[in-house]
Amino acid sequence: MDLSALASCLITPSCVITQTTSGLIIGLLLFLVAAGVSLIFGVLKVVNFAHGAFYMLGAYFAYTAYQLSGNYLIAVLAGGIGVALFGLVFERLLISRVYGSPVLMQLLVCYGAILILDDLVKIIWGADFLSFGMPSAFQQLPFVFAGGVVPVFYLFLIVVALAIAGLLGLLISKTRYGKIVRAAAVNPSMVSALGINTGVVYASVFVLGGFLAGLAGGLAAPVRSLTAGMGTSIIIESFIVTVIGGMGSVAGALVGSILIGLVRSFGTIGFPLFTEGLMFVLMAVVLVLKPSGLFGKGGA
Amino acid sequence: MTRSSLLRDSLIAIAVFAVLALLPFIVPGKGFTDFMVRLAAFGIFATSLNLLVGYAGMESFGHGLFFGLGCYSFGLIMQTFPVSIPVAFLATVGLSIVVGTVVGAICVRLNEIYFAFVTLAFQMLLHSLIIAWTPITGGDQGLTGGIPRPPFLGIRLDDYYHLYLFSTGLLVASLLAMYHIVQSPFGYTLRMIRDNAARAPFLGINVFRVRLMAYVIAGAFGAIGGMIMSLFVSGAFPDFAYWTISGEAIFMIMLGGITVFLGPMVGAVMLLLLNDFVTKMTTHYGLVLGLVILLFALGLRKGLMDFAADLWRDRQTPTSGPRPDTAAKTAASAPARAGE
Repeated sequence: MDLSALASCLITPSCVITQTTSGLIIGLLLFLVAAGVSLIFGVLKVVNFAHGAFYMLGAYFAYTAYQLSGNYLIAVLAGGIGVALFGLVFERLLISRVYGSPVLMQLLVCYGAILILDDLVKIIWGADFLSFGMPSAFQQLPFVFAGGVVPVFYLFLIVVALAIAGLLGLLISKTRYGKIVRAAAVNPSMVSALGINTGVVYASVFVLGGFLAGLAGGLAAPVRSLTAGMGTSIIIESFIVTVIGGMGSVAGALVGSILIGLVRSFGTIGFPLFTEGLMFVLMAVVLVLKPSGLFGKGGA
Repeated sequence: MTRSSLLRDSLIAIAVFAVLALLPFIVPGKGFTDFMVRLAAFGIFATSLNLLVGYAGMESFGHGLFFGLGCYSFGLIMQTFPVSIPVAFLATVGLSIVVGTVVGAICVRLNEIYFAFVTLAFQMLLHSLIIAWTPITGGDQGLTGGIPRPPFLGIRLDDYYHLYLFSTGLLVASLLAMYHIVQSPFGYTLRMIRDNAARAPFLGINVFRVRLMAYVIAGAFGAIGGMIMSLFVSGAFPDFAYWTISGEAIFMIMLGGITVFLGPMVGAVMLLLLNDFVTKMTTHYGLVLGLVILLFALGLRKGLMDFAADLWRDRQTPTSGPRPDTAAKTAASAPARAGE
């Protein structure tokens, strides 16, 4: 534990800015994954433990697309769309068979799927760490705010992720599709009785979740090293986020993710050995004080 | 559960242990004893998870917390302090009870999905502590340097036959103890809470306390499994605290069946055999095991012993079908739940 280092960081503007941006990046990438987990659970009542593997696939798809095209925009879209399509197949083939099953059954199916996907990634892309490399468009001098260095790519990531979060919020709260999704989360049989094919709604939510996770993978690729199993830590953090923010709430996922991101980035300075542990402490505190999560309705 | 049935079951356990003690002379070779020591570790671990899943309806996804805790705690105590094995053993059980009480107090109030998440999260907390505290735990290299095994009561655990006797003895004793727990009034209280948690308080049951006790008991047995593992590998590795160990335990109980007490043992035998077979045949362990899991989970949807039990019941009462108390609660069978 190194509280003096943390204190001296907190009174230094440059350190605050550096740590805040890195915390925002961790948090916003996490949000893209956690929002999918939360949405899928909210509507389908299925815990997609394989969502971390979706994020991993997004990164690898983006990697290959970048190798082929050299265009980062195409690479990110390839990650998003590739995983969205994969999500569709995954939902139809596996997840649709465990609707209404006990949680452990769902987790078991996802566990099997993760084992397969991690191994497939090793077979296709190799077992070693892969480095994406910074796209040339972002190889510029970093911005400097009050002495704090912020790479251009970090700003880009923050803006894009926030924009996606905003669009997602609008999609869920303002559009007809969002209305149907929210209704299906509350009362699927009524939605079905009104002539809406809930099977299609379920599949579309899964595809949307996959798209977000794939985008997250593509966006994260230049700042993370790619390896089979890279999805594990993010899926566990997503669980923590959904517990903190409240299951099924997009706003809760955003707040929870950013909290986790900041805890992680400032935690590395104050508690270098216990950074991960801090997240769990945060989660335990929320659970004790407000078991339904910060934005959750109903009891946990 | 009467005193005579305890006597009867104890006699059965002693007989089983006697047979197990003789087996290495019939099936020679270190391969067999090694397999049985691993089976003892995973058998106790999986059966203890089933106390939660099958009997209490508490779907923990983080039971590996206790396996890893038992492994590391036992290994570290033996390496650090000049104590005998039974002392380290009891200290580890004590530690797992303390950890189980604290973690359980946070978790057991939660509904099924949150319970699964949060138990998993605590397990990963232990894993990250193990990785981070390299000076104590050896980090991702694991706890190396071997575990001292001072002889006690004439038992020398550096001898593999002694280790075999010790492990299978613990297995039989743990199974006996857990069997008596699930057959006790406490065990039936667990079943009642599982089947109708809303009704239990009206009968004067403190649901929180009963579930917490179940969580702590299951954790203590899980830690015993971990200790056997740490003796077997003569150390401890972060993988023993990783989430996949919980996944394997879940697969074992789903494979063997959760409605029959010995189902998890059957599942442990099946998964260990499968493990050994697959690692011998291919380097793509995850691919093959994952496919088997999917085939099993989506194809059969029930454990082997669940099938056997259903068959047995159908033959006993051909007209009335499966008894409602177990049929409605076969957690591994989705159709039964979906129809509720």
